[in-house]
Amino acid sequence: MAPTNHQWRKLKNLLVQSVTCACALLVIAPLALVFFHLARSGVGSVNLDFFTHLPKPVGEVGGGMANAIVGTFVLLGVAALIGVPVGVLGGVFLSEYGSSKLNWWIRFAADILNGVPSIIWGIVVYALVVMPMKTFSAWAGGTVLGLIMIPLIMRTTEEVLLLVPNGYREAALALGITQWRMIVQIVVRTALKGIITGILLALARVSGETAPLLFTAFGNRFWNHNLSDPIATLPLQIFSYAISPYDEWHRQAWAGALVLLLLITAINVSVRLLTRDRFSRHGH
Amino acid sequence: MAIEIPAMTTDQEKQAPLQPGLKTQPKQTDTPAPSSAATAVTVRDLSVFFGTNHVLQGVSLNIQARAVTAIIGPSGCGKSTFLRSLNRMHELVPEARMTGQIRLFGEDIYARDVEPVIVRRRVGMVFQKSNPFPTMSIADNVTVGLRLNGVHNRAALGELTEKSLRMAALWDEVKDRLHAPALSLSGGQQQRLCIARALAVQPEVLLMDEPASALDPIATAKIEDLILELKKEFTIVIVTHNMQQAARISEYTAFFYLGELIEFDSTRKIFTNPSKKQTEDYVTGRFG
Repeated sequence: MAPTNHQWRKLKNLLVQSVTCACALLVIAPLALVFFHLARSGVGSVNLDFFTHLPKPVGEVGGGMANAIVGTFVLLGVAALIGVPVGVLGGVFLSEYGSSKLNWWIRFAADILNGVPSIIWGIVVYALVVMPMKTFSAWAGGTVLGLIMIPLIMRTTEEVLLLVPNGYREAALALGITQWRMIVQIVVRTALKGIITGILLALARVSGETAPLLFTAFGNRFWNHNLSDPIATLPLQIFSYAISPYDEWHRQAWAGALVLLLLITAINVSVRLLTRDRFSRHGH
Repeated sequence: MAIEIPAMTTDQEKQAPLQPGLKTQPKQTDTPAPSSAATAVTVRDLSVFFGTNHVLQGVSLNIQARAVTAIIGPSGCGKSTFLRSLNRMHELVPEARMTGQIRLFGEDIYARDVEPVIVRRRVGMVFQKSNPFPTMSIADNVTVGLRLNGVHNRAALGELTEKSLRMAALWDEVKDRLHAPALSLSGGQQQRLCIARALAVQPEVLLMDEPASALDPIATAKIEDLILELKKEFTIVIVTHNMQQAARISEYTAFFYLGELIEFDSTRKIFTNPSKKQTEDYVTGRFG
């Protein structure tokens, strides 16, 4: 009886192991499918023209999304201008200054903001920026993305700052270094890689936002020469091309999706490279 | 001294009459009697509270200049709190408050117009766990206290780096790799680097909170030798759990128990002929 019992246990173990393994592998499968499908459908339209030319009018073959690619980076720049300083400094406050009661409310608010659907951010910015300016604009689009980034960056900054051992703070204060210098030169410097990682992940997250940009950045078939005018972005361009009835635009949309995915992958890979030696000791 | 932090210069001028010849007075080679030596720190009726928790109760003692004073006692007796109250580090605990008086060479360090930052430049500290700044090189760790207080004269900083590392008995081991990361050093070297870092701001008193308790016996011996060397120039207060260590390196020993100073006397007296029963029980290992 004992041996069969033993074998049955081994079988159960194998069963559980295979089921959990299969579930874990399911994470990889969609990514592989997305990549494969995008590459097959999009790679034919990704060429030099795609990166250097404006969209062609309906009916003409070719053209590119140069304006949308540049527009995506412009919007990320405007967003970073708003999101990075507010997010990082807010995170510094949470980690280094705030009282526990105030911090609880700020964290609570930040966590709720992190869960707010992006289209609601779009409506808010439409009311706050687009209506007063009486035009869709890069400013409005960048503002939306920046606002979405603030709670993300604030929480990651707080978390990496809290990982800095208190011994460093005490050592700095015991040298007669003032608190703000200690925070900037010791604590933030020690956690800098983590903070940059948080910023990059927030940028990666908002770079694919579409819904809130529909009525803020709006999109543009031409170059944007003024941040107070509407601006094209990759997700917007993909959206408008994908719902069009033209095969050529569909091909362009696939290409745009592939480029956008590669862009986000590039950000994630750079995060990996940045954090690779984060916990290893320096100099070995 | 070659460099002074501006604020420190004024402090030292102020205290000059009360501290006759701290820098010029001949080296004391043997243990002075408490009454004959200069007093560095005067503690009067010190009580410290963390919220409603009364951590230190009515402590009064005089810490002698250029000598080693050891603080011993079982865990939770207030040793570390006492040490931290000497450079106002205990104030980092949000609900901390204190009553009583602490004078550093005659000057009330809790006076209303005295900033903790200034106190800490005069009273340096070395912690139990060595904590060199991981983003900085060996040399940068030594000079960080000066650089972040506005000293940028490269020649002076370089000179001070060597001087401080020599005082911390680390110079010969690191002189060829001053720009290597501080974390590339061994544990004992890191602790001596922290001592060099504390010495570089030229404090008058050096507080050490179990500086060797995380180190192996060889590294511990080096730290102890260093303390014996440093007391020729600095006033040292050391918290230790190791009574042999207290007996080896200190001139005076204070025994704390449950937040009270039970006995304070010369180390010889505390370890050979204590006046109080509790002290005797503790130093002979009957409790704690």
